[in-house]
Amino acid sequence: MTGPALPVTVIGGYLGAGKTTLVNHLLRSSGLRLAVMVNEFGALPIDRDLIEAEDEALISISGGCVCCEYGDDMVSALMKITEMAPGLDHILLESSGVAIPGSIMASLLFLDGLRGDGVVVMADAAGIRETAANSYLTDTIQRQLDDADIVVLNKADLVAPEDLAATRTWLRDHVPGTRIVEAEHGKVSPQVLLGAIPLPRQGHKVTGHADALFQSRVLHPAEPVDAIVLARGLAEGDLGLVRAKGYVPKPGGGMSLIQVVGSRWTVEDAGDSHAPGIVCIGLKATFDPAQLERLGQLDPV
Amino acid sequence: MTTIFEARKILTMSATRPVATHVAVRDGKILGAGTLEELERWDDYTLDTTFADKVLMPGLVEGHAHSFEGLTWDDTYVGWFDRRDPDGKTWDGVQTIDALVDRMSASNAANPGTDVLVGWGLDPIYMENTRVTRQDLDRISTDRPILIVHASGHMYSLNSRAFEMLNMLKPGMNAEGIPLADDGLPMGELRGLELMVPASVKLGYDRMSRQQTPGAMDAFARLCVRAGVTTCADLARMLDDDQVAALLRDTGAPDYPVCIVPYMHINGRTTDDLFAFLEKIIPQSTDRCRFGAIKAHADGSIQGFTGRLNWPYYQNGAPNGMWYVTPEKLGEVYERALQAGILVHTHTNGDEASQLAIELTEAALKKHPSFDHRFTLQHCQMATPAQFRKIKALGMCVNLFANHHYFWGDEHYKYTVGPERAERMNACRTALDTGVPMAIHSDAPVTPLGPLFTAWAAVTRRTASNRVQGTGERITVDEALSAITLGAAFTMGMDHLVGSIEAGKRADFCVLGDDPTDVAPEALKDIPIWGTVQGGRLFAAETI
Repeated sequence: MTGPALPVTVIGGYLGAGKTTLVNHLLRSSGLRLAVMVNEFGALPIDRDLIEAEDEALISISGGCVCCEYGDDMVSALMKITEMAPGLDHILLESSGVAIPGSIMASLLFLDGLRGDGVVVMADAAGIRETAANSYLTDTIQRQLDDADIVVLNKADLVAPEDLAATRTWLRDHVPGTRIVEAEHGKVSPQVLLGAIPLPRQGHKVTGHADALFQSRVLHPAEPVDAIVLARGLAEGDLGLVRAKGYVPKPGGGMSLIQVVGSRWTVEDAGDSHAPGIVCIGLKATFDPAQLERLGQLDPV
Repeated sequence: MTTIFEARKILTMSATRPVATHVAVRDGKILGAGTLEELERWDDYTLDTTFADKVLMPGLVEGHAHSFEGLTWDDTYVGWFDRRDPDGKTWDGVQTIDALVDRMSASNAANPGTDVLVGWGLDPIYMENTRVTRQDLDRISTDRPILIVHASGHMYSLNSRAFEMLNMLKPGMNAEGIPLADDGLPMGELRGLELMVPASVKLGYDRMSRQQTPGAMDAFARLCVRAGVTTCADLARMLDDDQVAALLRDTGAPDYPVCIVPYMHINGRTTDDLFAFLEKIIPQSTDRCRFGAIKAHADGSIQGFTGRLNWPYYQNGAPNGMWYVTPEKLGEVYERALQAGILVHTHTNGDEASQLAIELTEAALKKHPSFDHRFTLQHCQMATPAQFRKIKALGMCVNLFANHHYFWGDEHYKYTVGPERAERMNACRTALDTGVPMAIHSDAPVTPLGPLFTAWAAVTRRTASNRVQGTGERITVDEALSAITLGAAFTMGMDHLVGSIEAGKRADFCVLGDDPTDVAPEALKDIPIWGTVQGGRLFAAETI
């Protein structure tokens, strides 16, 4: 396999949190060729109107997307899907209700050409506190949340404002520091979750996110930088970023590709033929561009 | 055509006629047990004196094993304890790294090739937790991948070539399950199923497809004959059309000596699919392959720290274990099963897992009352007296892991849960005193198949270091013999077919050299086994 590694996002969370709704939203709105991997087909995981064809192993979805189940052998299923559906942009791996998402990311170590991009854990605004109060599930829910790079607090519209506020506080207590994104019907900007960020190099103007929750800037460090230091600063600092992606020149020549998902970051070598600049997306409520500006020149997207 | 077998003694396990000298058999079924004079009336008969100096029991019933045990012998045994293979050869226990290297090197020389060479059963716990390194295994081969499966089932040891093939022989591997050596490279272990399963696939160690090769069930059958087993639960099969066809083909051979009872695992199918598939395969059942029961996994294992425990959890502070299914799915399966009259056995090692299964069963029973469901908790190793009372009240059964005491009792005492709970693990006495229908099992290949050994373990509660652990939970020889015959048959819903020597039942016998009710309890495990009679057909261990 040549070219950049294919990113895999694990979508975790307990039953009913809205994993399937999120997946369908991303299929409709991301514009990416997605492969959706579900633990088992179960009740049909894909909205009927999106389905083009269906056989035992694979559901073909409009826009060149596919869906398959992975059962007990996720690694083989991942290998198979990259063969059956070449040209994918991103894989969404929906985990079962009690799975610990971090251990799924570990399985990806075996796969050349795939890269664990991040863990998104769905939390049901109407139900997560109750689920976590079930003593059989308390620690499982906590472990799922611990593994999240981004928590999506879903179904925010289904609860009274004071309940939503209480759940928000509960979540912040349980996962201090983790980026929490609120959503209705799983509607979260694909750019935020999947890093489907049009990079400056690609020449087309970023249209911005319809989602009024976020704001974005492009960061241009003045000098060649240590990409690892920069990536760590973007991810682990208190800048309030949810997602960042882009290229920076290396001190000795060549470029690095930086990707940040919540507090997870990766840096890989890239060729010279990329325009420098890192698209940074943060939650309006917590993102302070002035802080980010200390790292370099900021441009609007 | 009637055959009357003469024996030194027949232990029928039937209350009305516990002992006999002769048993009459026609069409593979028992006409009756008694004296020759009593039985002569049936019709022309042949008197078979093969067993004139032997003791007959009902064919033993193993309520929890995995037929995969037969296939493990395609690979090389490297466990701590001596163990007998399907051909009757006893392999010495491997007790040092040098012995491990020697055993695997011999295997490599005997089966040259480039494919992965697999050893199984390694137990470094007994070698003072010596850690097997990649370099140790490189002494076996540097160009052939070597994979050693640990006895716990939760760890692999690999050589350098295997790590290379996994694309892991490089610095910067940053994962919990891949311990690194001082040089920053993997030291040789791979821990946790989420790493082991994909590693197996990538190294070409594929259990599922091996289970479909013709004759895959044969070696296991030979082990059954040697252990006196005529009916065996194959307790977790991922069944599909191909696997069902393979099972029917293998067990359908005219000389197949065991009735296999495959339990269909709930994983990999929706609940609707699961029950639809069962409805389809149940009518395909034969006398030697009985479909129709379900297996679910609630949690992991105690020694692997993946079992779900109630407070105070693991004594070393390890995080509580893993759920292998959501409570919602398990509850849904229970409800559907009660509606459909299908038996469910649930793996619950830790006491929290048992509690969940009990509560979900109770909830399902309230919706779908059922008076003889026999839902069984498998292993149920840490159940408390209160849980046993609840199990009894709900009409559930248990199949306790008596062998575990011997093989891991010392470890539970020292490392996992400590003395108080280790002494009450697999509480056979409490189960019986509470009136809970009970079986005991081997979980082969986790421990060796051998119900008489399992009976010995429940009677003596000796650990590998020869301590008696939990004196108060010992049971009598008679109780143990009942557990490995009628007890197991009851949990499998087959007590009307097998488990005792009575008129109308299958002519299944375990043929012994000594009387288990007459030898010292400590000698139970050493009673010679001649072989079995299954459905009236004779199978001598010596010639199997």
